[in-house]
Amino acid sequence: MSGVAAINLVENALLVSIQDDVTDTDIIELQDTLSQRIALEENIRGVVLDISALEIVDTFVGRVIAQLAGIARLLDAQTFVVGMRPAVAVTLVELGMYLPESRTALSLTHALAQLKRG
Amino acid sequence: MRLHSSSVAERGRDLLRLPLKTNRDVVAARQAVARELKARGARPIRVTRFATAVSEIARNTVLHGGGGSFAVFLDPASGYLMVECRDAGEGIADLDRAMTDGYSTGGSMGRGLGGAKRLADRFEIETGPGKGTRVILGARL
Repeated sequence: MSGVAAINLVENALLVSIQDDVTDTDIIELQDTLSQRIALEENIRGVVLDISALEIVDTFVGRVIAQLAGIARLLDAQTFVVGMRPAVAVTLVELGMYLPESRTALSLTHALAQLKRG
Repeated sequence: MRLHSSSVAERGRDLLRLPLKTNRDVVAARQAVARELKARGARPIRVTRFATAVSEIARNTVLHGGGGSFAVFLDPASGYLMVECRDAGEGIADLDRAMTDGYSTGGSMGRGLGGAKRLADRFEIETGPGKGTRVILGARL
């Protein structure tokens, strides 16, 4: 899968870095893969999506992230979005996308700390 | 909404022209326009806003228009960096509805067209049933 770096398991969380050349197909595949792993592997409490490489998050990618967060919540895992660039945040708000099911954290360290607190 | 500028003859040479057939082409188009803006000194927020608008429109060209083409050019009158996405697909029957957030025929959120219009400094669209769709987006430099 191009556009997405490897999925790493760190402290009960699945970590993924999304690359700037991510396509719609890549992001849908990622949603499927992560959903499967949350469901099938024991003790996965969270998903951390690092989007610091993304110059844009449009309505499609935003919607898939929001859906993934919804799926993860149903499977008893939390989704964190980390590394969002300020310009991306401004643009998402202008698009009316608030990613309600996901939590944002400024860094991976913050996300993992919040996951530990539960 | 009528186009009031930029027939191909008036606008001169395209800075670049790419096909829009696959979702990899959509990525290439938004990355190309981001490069062109950065090369002209645009700030990150403006690059992100405009590249996001381009991504929305280019995806529509691929998904709803059955593929088409993408061009970047400068508007000599305003100095804006302009993007054209065009296809020969079915066109949009009810443009007012399509521009409204929340309306979608493609199973999406329906924020794409209206969002692109808000994010671009200029937005023009020519479409109609059986006429294909041509969208022009402009970024102030």
